[in-house]
Amino acid sequence: MTGKTTIIVHSGDMDKVLSAFIIGNGSLSMGMEVTLYFTFWGLNRLKKGGLDKGPLSKMNMLGLGRRMIQGRMTKANVATLESMVNDFKELGGKIIACEMTMEIMGITKEQLRTDWIDEYGAVGTYVNEARKSDITLFI
Amino acid sequence: MSQINLDCRHQNCPVPLVQVRKALKKAAIGDVIEVVGTHSASKKEIPMAVEAQGQELLEVKDQGQEWVIRIKKVKEA
Repeated sequence: MTGKTTIIVHSGDMDKVLSAFIIGNGSLSMGMEVTLYFTFWGLNRLKKGGLDKGPLSKMNMLGLGRRMIQGRMTKANVATLESMVNDFKELGGKIIACEMTMEIMGITKEQLRTDWIDEYGAVGTYVNEARKSDITLFI
Repeated sequence: MSQINLDCRHQNCPVPLVQVRKALKKAAIGDVIEVVGTHSASKKEIPMAVEAQGQELLEVKDQGQEWVIRIKKVKEA
């Protein structure tokens, strides 16, 4: 593989998590290595059953806007988050869960999709991945 | 050596790219992947991804509303 992309997924908003996986899968498709580092609100999306539960970052309108966007996404044939995560894992993408966020929010491993998570780490793990990366983003 | 056919018609970003990458990983060296699609950005981006991965782009052509791209796997992916 040539090149590497490392993305911090800080937001748990549905549209932002979707962007993270689109960029992640796009990078994998270009033959790059990819690491997604889930922290703060982003970590909620790694909870069992929590992947597509995030609100819309704008115009959420108590979930109404979110449902509208989801309807339009289905119409436009945009892949679901679930299928994007499956593609991400199949192409060798790596997911790191932030241990400090787990402590702050009282999240245990049992609550998380451990089948998606390759590693549990802190800022040092992120920096170590990012320093070897060609692309690094904070979402 | 065989031909692998991929139907990505009506699939949106980034699915055609992802499907090509998956097919390249599974194919044997010498295999040809023929992908047909309708998503216009992918017609530009699949050749970019093929080049980035050092594989061989054989052909890009239009077929009515669709495009067809042929790729040869020349090295491990």
